[in-house]
This record gives sequence, structure tokens and C-alpha cells, in this order.
Amino acid sequence: MDLLIPAMLTIITAATPLLFAALGEMVTEKSGVLNLGVEGMMVMGAIIGFIAVHASGSVTVAIFAAVLAGICMAAIFALFVLTFHASQVPTGLALTIFGIGLSALMGQNMVGIAYGGMPKIAIPGLAALPVVGTLFFQQDFLVYLSIAMVAAIHYFLHKTRAGLILRAVGDSHDAAHAMGYSVIKIRFMAILFGGAMAGLSGAYLSLAYSPMWVEQMTAGRGWIALALVVFACWRPVRVLFGAYLFGGISILQLHAQALGIGIPSQVMSMLPYLATILVLVIISRDVSKIKLNAPASLGRPFHPSR
Amino acid sequence: MKDNPPYLIELQGMTKAFPGVLANDAVDLKIKPGEIHALLGENGAGKSTLVKMIYGILKPDAGTILFNGQPVKIDTPADARDLGIAMVFQHFSLFDSLSVVENISLGISRAVDLKQLAGEITEISGRYGLPLDPHRHVYTLSVGERQRIEIIRCLLQDPRLLVMDEPTSVLTPQEVRKLFLTLNRLAGEGLAILYISHKLDEIKALCHQATILRLGKRVNTVSVDTESTSSLAMMMMGEEMEKIARGQAVATGEIRLKVDNLTMPAMDNTSISLTDIHLEVRAGEIVGIAGVAGNGQDELLKALNGEESCQLAASIIIENQHSGKLGPNARRRAGMASVPEKRLGHGAIPDMDLVDNAFMTGFQRMGLLAKGLINYSKTRTFAQKVIADFGVKTAGAKVPANSLSGGNLQKFIIGRELTQQPDILIVSQPTWGVDAGATQTIRQSLRKLADRGAAVLVISQDLDELMEMSDRIGAICGGRLSLFYPTAEMTVEKVGLLMAGVPLEKGGAHVASFS
Repeated sequence: MDLLIPAMLTIITAATPLLFAALGEMVTEKSGVLNLGVEGMMVMGAIIGFIAVHASGSVTVAIFAAVLAGICMAAIFALFVLTFHASQVPTGLALTIFGIGLSALMGQNMVGIAYGGMPKIAIPGLAALPVVGTLFFQQDFLVYLSIAMVAAIHYFLHKTRAGLILRAVGDSHDAAHAMGYSVIKIRFMAILFGGAMAGLSGAYLSLAYSPMWVEQMTAGRGWIALALVVFACWRPVRVLFGAYLFGGISILQLHAQALGIGIPSQVMSMLPYLATILVLVIISRDVSKIKLNAPASLGRPFHPSR
Repeated sequence: MKDNPPYLIELQGMTKAFPGVLANDAVDLKIKPGEIHALLGENGAGKSTLVKMIYGILKPDAGTILFNGQPVKIDTPADARDLGIAMVFQHFSLFDSLSVVENISLGISRAVDLKQLAGEITEISGRYGLPLDPHRHVYTLSVGERQRIEIIRCLLQDPRLLVMDEPTSVLTPQEVRKLFLTLNRLAGEGLAILYISHKLDEIKALCHQATILRLGKRVNTVSVDTESTSSLAMMMMGEEMEKIARGQAVATGEIRLKVDNLTMPAMDNTSISLTDIHLEVRAGEIVGIAGVAGNGQDELLKALNGEESCQLAASIIIENQHSGKLGPNARRRAGMASVPEKRLGHGAIPDMDLVDNAFMTGFQRMGLLAKGLINYSKTRTFAQKVIADFGVKTAGAKVPANSLSGGNLQKFIIGRELTQQPDILIVSQPTWGVDAGATQTIRQSLRKLADRGAAVLVISQDLDELMEMSDRIGAICGGRLSLFYPTAEMTVEKVGLLMAGVPLEKGGAHVASFS
């Protein structure tokens, strides 16, 4: 048990950034826009958050700064894709490359500086529970927020009118336009939300997961988040499951490597990817489920004149 | 009631230009409350442009709209809805992954409680004879059911003007009769209806007044009672239609296509499984398959043209060769061509130009491929020949397929297949949404193909079309094919029974019998 609890704690910290980024991207994709710039928005959130916490000393300010950085990055993407009708895939890729480069430039003087990490918030009463208390009720604010976001996004998409309109725009932008909904405005909002969530994800990395700045510290998590969205069939609860599965296996394989199991470390490093893809493919093999949940207009540019 | 203006809506001098075309040129239109007013015209005549301006989707370049005698500005569909204008689109504005009630709620300007709305839907669908389950997802519904969603959505708003864009093109004769009853009842309650169509019989049966458009100009506004079908057609096309001669009742040519006990399981829960399909098409005959949308037509077409391969090679016999396991290209080489129902995305690739689209199915029989390279000059000639021979209205062969109107694209696709001189042609919904002039061209060219000795199989939901052009007729229902009967011995009612899966008492055969 002494070994298990720290391991499980690291699973939660590994899963949280994936969860934020994937939830944001899911909302963006539900509106019919594929933003491949998640990695770039995340890494900008990470550096801006880290700079802000040093400049201001306040975690709250740092989180807001990171969210704002994510939103700004997303706004660049939205401007190109929605206003100038640029193709979504190359624009997203460019955003990622841009974000990685810009963050490295901004972070030149930040390398090697340490930060104490985010304060943990113990939930009164529950935190004292054995095992469960340590695991789930003595986390930092962002972990609680990430779980709350799963419920909030599920509620928004499936219970509110705004969520219904968002899904409708993603399903058929022409029909939505014909009914008088502003496809561009709705997609703009969805893209900005995706950016805000990616910014949060980056903030979690540089403020809580490993509280310091390293170039390209997102290390491909943006891409994992993108894959999670697809394999989770655009459903928030499955995104949660996928993020924790991936986080879980990536931590467990590290521990397994430390124990000296006779499997090459390269194979072990592949495990989280393989297992996540395998499990989520099995869950999503029902074609009608995909038909029901996949946004049919995903990636298709919208020209209102037609 | 002397103060009330006589007209509910009055359009004056509506003008709209698109790059290169004047879609509407000073069009006038007046509709009284309780009147069913037909807007008649061929594809490209400007009907859709006009109603889009009424519904606030397009902005007119010039012209005034008076509603209840007051000049109004309709900038968005929401403005139109606020005035009491509702519209049933030709291409349904529906969201496949949402449920019926969610779809309907999106068409209502205010936020609504979905539970309460579901109740209202059930109530209206009962009152007007439009059965519909509010909680089904749209992608599981047939085209007829999808149309009901649109109609109910409109009725829920208590509209004063209902615009219907070619509503009957997807319905069975029984459904059409029901729809007309519903529309007549609504008109009786004082609703004005603008009914867009090019089916003259329907307009004669349903409408009071008709405004005829040709090439963007209003030709005339007439009272339907005083006009004949042919005088309406004259005004619409500026020329007379000729009837197509049916072939002899019994074809004695060789069997070109034979389907023997074909059974194919459904691919997923939105498709239909095919059961015990028997079919023979001989050289020189046109065989028609009627049926309501979603009864296995798509699946049958895919099984025949090789998009789905069969379990048994002997299930499909092309020119005496077991072909059930051949792919589409091999079947084309064997002489089979096919035209699917969906033009954009199945019959043609939307973003590719007409030259490339011509190449896609024509490369084998037209010899457009030389040592693995595309012979572009030959392909261009082929595409241009199709455009010229079939009167496709386009700015050229290098325009993308999705820039053509539905009817023009259909002419191109059918022309592309016919120019390849196939021995067997399978065509689904050849004239859906195609204007009257093009419809005649397409039907005549199919007849000509059969007369030259090809076997033609037409799958259509348009019963009049099948009654007019096919030599033998049958129907598909729930993935099962009925027996086939000489069309001369059939009536619309009898085919209607077959479409409902009810067998006729006597006669009929899977094959063309020798007498």
C-alpha cells in the first residue's frame, strides 16, 4: 500500500493535463472544427503560466494568464480558419510549430528555475478518509476542476440549448446556417474554449505536474489528447476514462521498468499508446455509436455563400 | 374585414444577380390567405432564389416585400419566422445525429422544453396524419419521415405562409394523397401555401393559382382551373413535351443481367438486408423497381454494381458469367454501368472538376489510361462530348462537380455512363429533383439505350416515371423484391400494393415470360 498510493497519485497528475486538453478539443471538434494546434496552445499555456507565477507570485494570476495565452493562440487559429477560410489541418500544424518555437524563445531565461508547486486543497472531512482521502480529496485545485469540467461539458452538450446548437453546427453547418444560426460565431467560441482548456492543461504541467520550465515540456501530450477525443467517440465520460487509462499505464510501466522486468524499455514505453488505442477501439467499434457522436462536418470548411 | 389587405404577401420587382446570371429579374408574386399558389418552373428558372429571398437566406438586389400590406425587410430566416413564414426545404435541413425533437427545437426561435415539445409533436402528427416518433434519431428515418419532421416543424410555429420546395419528389402515391389532404385542410384554415414544383399533374390537383418562371423572369400568373397541363408546360418550357414510346411488352432479347437468389446481410443497423432477390433483365427492355425510400434500394444498387461483393459468385450473372464476387471495375469491364441515387459524393466527387469525374468511371471503356498515365486530352474530349450531347449547362468542363445544379449534374452523370455504351445500365432515381425538360432528355436517352439492345434497370421512387418508361415493373419492400409484371397491365394502385409488400393475386414472374 505504501508503494501503491504514491503510484496512484502520479496517475492522477499524469491524466489531468490530458483530460483538460482533450475536453477542450472535444468541444471544438463537436462544433465541426479540427484544431491540430493543441500541442502548441498547451506549451504556450505552460510557459506563460510559469512566467506569470514568477512575476506575480500568485497561482491564480498564473492560471488566468495561461488560459489567456491558450485563448490568444486559439484566436489566431480561428481567425485563419474561419475568417480567411484557411484549411484546418495545415493551420493547426502551423500553430503547434509556432507555439513550440515561441515558448522556447520566451522561456530562455526560465530554464532551471524551480517553483514550489501548486498548493493542495484538502476537502474537509473527506480528506481524512484512509486511501481514498489521500487519493481524491487532497489534490490541487486544477485536478478538482478537470473532473468538474467533465460533468459540466456533458451537461452543456446534452442538456442545454446552446449545447444542442453547438452539436447541430458540427453535424451540418449548411442546415444550421439555413436555420439562421451563426456558424462562424459559434465555431469561434468553441475554438476559443478549446484554447482556454489547452492553456489550463499547459498551466497544470508547468505549475503542478513538474513545476519548472523545460523546452517542449508538453512532450506530445497534445497529440495524445487529440487521439483520445476520436477514440472516446466525442463523449466526455469516455475522454475521462481514456485520459486516466493512458495516464495509468504510462505510470505503471515506469514503475515496472524500475522493478527491472526483463522487457526492453522501448517496448514498455509503447504500452500506454498501444493499450489506450486498443481499449478505445474496442469500445468504439459500434458503427452506429460513431454515426451518432462524430461531428459530421468535422474539418469541412464553411462558405456561407453556397 | 374591409381593412385587411387582400394579399398576405406581395413581392414587387424582386431582382437577384449572381456572378454571370440574373437569377431573378423583376419578379412579382401575390398570395392571398388560404390560397395554394404554385411556383412553377424548370431547374435554373429562379424558383429557389425567389423563395430564399422570401425566407431571408438571400438578400435581394432590388424589390419590395409587402406582408399584410406593410413593407417588410427580411434579412434572416429568424425575421421570416417572426412574420409567420415557414419553409419546408427540398434538401432537408436536418441534423442526422440528433433526434426528431432536438431537430425541431432548433428550428424554433425561442428556447423550448424538449419534453413538452415532444408532446406537441405527437399531438400535431396525430391531428394532420403525419405519424412520427419524436425520439428517433434522424439518421434512422426514411426520406418520407424526414419530410414529416420539416412539415411538423413548420406547423408548430403557427405559420401564416408555408413555403414548400418540391415536397412530393420523395413520397409514395399514397403519401402524396395524404399530404395533399393535409395541405388542403391547412389552406381551409386560412394558411397561404407557396408550392414549388415542376410536376404539372400535382399542381392541377392541388393549387389554385400558379406563377410560372422561366430563365429568371415571370412568364405569367394564371388560375390553375382554366389551364390545361400542356398549356402550363408550354409556359414553363416554351416548347411542347413529347411522350416517350414504351417498348414492346415482352422482350425476347438475351438475358444480360440475372440475379439469382441474392441474399445479403445488413452492414449496420441503418441499412437493410436483402433477401431472396430474383431478377432478370433482357436486352432491349427497361425494368422498373418501385419502392419507398429506405427499403433496400441503395443496398440493391451496391450489390449489383459491385460496391458490395456477394457471398456467392453465382448470385449475380452478367452476360452468363458468374460475377457476384467481381468488384465495380471488373463489372464495368463486363459492360455494366451504374448511376447511384446520390449525385454528389457517390455519383461524382464534389470538389473535382468534370474532366476528372468523367475519368473516374470512364477510364476503362473509353481507353483513357495509357501505361498507367491519364490521357488528359482524350479525357477532356470525352467530358466535352458528354456536356455537348446531353445539354449540360456549365461554364466548361474544368468546373467542380458541386458547382452544377442537381439536374445538370445528373445529366452529366447519366451522359457519362451512356456515352460509354454499356450493355447493362442500373440507374437509381434518374430524374429526382431534375426539371421537366432534362427529365424528358434523360428518359429518352434511357429508352434509346434499351432500343439499341442494352438491358436497363431503373430503381425509382417516382411511380409515374416507372409507369411511363418501364416495360416490366416490380417493387422492393423491406429488402425483398416483388414479382414483376408487364407495365401495360398495371395501375398505380397495384404498384402501390407491391410497394407496401402486398403480393398481387395473379400473374407476375421474376423473369420476362415468352408468350
